[in-house]
Amino acid sequence: MTAHPPRLVIEDATIGYDQRTIAERLSLEIPDGSFTAIIGPNGCGKSTLLRALARVLTPSTGRVLLDGKAITQYGSKEVARRMGLLPQTSLAPDGIRVADLVARGRSPYQSLFQQWRSSDEQAVAEALEATRLTELSGRLVDELSGGQRQRVWVAMLLAQQTGIMLLDEPTTFLDIAHQYELLELLRTFHDEGKTLVAVLHDLDQAARYADHLVVMRDGSVVTSGPPAEVVTAELVQEVFGLPCIVAPDPVTGTPTVVPLDPRSVVR
Amino acid sequence: MSALPRAEHVDFGYRSGSLRSRFASARLPLRVLGVSALLLGLAVAVAVAAIRYGDYPLTAEQVLSTLLGGGEPFHRIVVLEWRLPVAIAAVAFGALLGLGGAIFQSITRNPLGSPDVIGFDAGAYTAVVVVTLVVGSGGTWSIAAAAIVGGLATAFAVYLLAWRRGVQGFRLIIVGIGVAAMLGSLNSYLITRADITDAMSVGFWSAGSIARVTWSSLTPSLVLGTVIVLAAIALSPALKRLELGDDAAITQGTRPGPVRLALLVLGVATTALVTAAAGPIGFIALVAPQLARRITRSAGVSLLAASAMGAALLAAAHLLSLLIAQVYRSIPVGLITVCLGGLYLIWLLIRETRRQAGAPR
Ligand SMILES: Nc1ncnc2c1ncn2[C@@H]1O[C@H](COP(=O)(O)OP(=O)(O)OP(=O)(O)O)[C@@H](O)[C@H]1O
Ligand SMILES: [Mg+2]
Repeated sequence: MTAHPPRLVIEDATIGYDQRTIAERLSLEIPDGSFTAIIGPNGCGKSTLLRALARVLTPSTGRVLLDGKAITQYGSKEVARRMGLLPQTSLAPDGIRVADLVARGRSPYQSLFQQWRSSDEQAVAEALEATRLTELSGRLVDELSGGQRQRVWVAMLLAQQTGIMLLDEPTTFLDIAHQYELLELLRTFHDEGKTLVAVLHDLDQAARYADHLVVMRDGSVVTSGPPAEVVTAELVQEVFGLPCIVAPDPVTGTPTVVPLDPRSVVR
Repeated sequence: MSALPRAEHVDFGYRSGSLRSRFASARLPLRVLGVSALLLGLAVAVAVAAIRYGDYPLTAEQVLSTLLGGGEPFHRIVVLEWRLPVAIAAVAFGALLGLGGAIFQSITRNPLGSPDVIGFDAGAYTAVVVVTLVVGSGGTWSIAAAAIVGGLATAFAVYLLAWRRGVQGFRLIIVGIGVAAMLGSLNSYLITRADITDAMSVGFWSAGSIARVTWSSLTPSLVLGTVIVLAAIALSPALKRLELGDDAAITQGTRPGPVRLALLVLGVATTALVTAAAGPIGFIALVAPQLARRITRSAGVSLLAASAMGAALLAAAHLLSLLIAQVYRSIPVGLITVCLGGLYLIWLLIRETRRQAGAPR
């Protein structure tokens, strides 16, 4: 238990699309200053949960609390200054350039008459710098590699300067080196005191970078806690149906999952 | 404006300036602003040049001296009473159509989005035919009212039919095309039932012409047009956020549902206004945003540049129709914009086919 109250809480929430309920009576706390990773099989509701936290979806029962207050009681720009989301898939306007897209992250701070304060320019410059995009700032987003483009979206989120960052599968489409590069970047955000919630598919990476794991299956949270306690061979078998052993990572000592050879497993 | 430390400076990849004061700040994309100013200037110049032409031709000096307050009494009537409202309409209506097209293409994320695509023109036409058959071909105001009511009702019906937990751009276009096609056959049927005078009067109306604009029909249009433009400016930040998709828009502080509905209403209002005053003027809304985007190289569609381009296009089409009238006979401007629009669509198709075939652009 952390000393600070959790920044983001979802209480007893039923979340779904139209008639279809995905998660029922789900409760979860995101500890203040944590790097929380949400893991679980495809289609178990990770994105759905993230979208409910980001108030893209409204729970039909229960509620979401942001800094102790129901999220529905905030103005929408006020929420946008505290919490940002990198969706699983994003759309860029045709023919937009890197710096322009990153600058879109400033919109919660802008008004009709104040569209480009020096604080906006500063935030965009810093976000470009942190994601090593300064050199590419004038390029067309369409003409970047998948990895560079993903950094642009992260930069846009960074320019939003929110204390809470929600990221849905930020490492997909990246090669292994760029995956780690992005995770290291997220770690620097975490070190600066931001609260991160990321959906990750690689359990080893989740255990290595996150300090709080949330494990989901079929729309409910199976367990949550520090990776060293949560990741066990039984859990992986139960949640993913994958027979494996869990061994310490030779570099960091955090748990890693090593699948068993199905041909040598006793039927 | 001031010398910023290096870390604060952002290179956007194109020339842009920034404006900062205590009350307002903005980033100025110089190319978009420059091109828009140029197009608007061109539109005004062309519209003024068009004042020369008509049944009673004038020289450029006569037009200018009359506009500047001099001139003979008869010239004052021709220029100030008859032709000036038409010239203003060419610029203002063109800008409104361009604005409406830009709003629709941005919301639908589709270069084929425009208010006429969701059935506005077809609905307006149906209502005008019905009113002409019932009331007779006399009343300008009843025709204008019928156009607005019919167009809005159709747009609303298309919106409802396309609604499924929110309105998605592509569905809106498909449903709109379907409804417009159905109304088209209804219109043809109704015309076969009309007597010859009514059919002619509907035919004239449906060709779309700004030549019939007078001060008394222009003034209310300008007032409403100003309201629409101000509302579009107020909603433009939200429109930009919607470009990133609903999830991103919500998390940046926008409520997509109400904003999108308000924008659709604005877009349809631009066409409603123009159609009421001048009959349907097609294709400006469709073409202007895309042409403007190509020239300005803006990200997404720019409302300002699309409006300026719309003004230039309609003013040019208006001048062209007057020039044709000099040598042949008068062709309503609506027919000219439809021809230009047809050329544009052919060009678009060829370009897309080439691109799919892998040929260099
Ligand atoms: N927009 C939607 N409308 C209806 N059902 C949806 C929608 N989005 C997702 N679902 C359904 O909700 C369930 C949970 O989906 P969700 O996207 O949350 O899964 P996920 O855990 O993020 O999966 P993945 O790892 O593949 O991204 C799935 O069964 C999916 O089919
Ligand atoms: Mg997902």
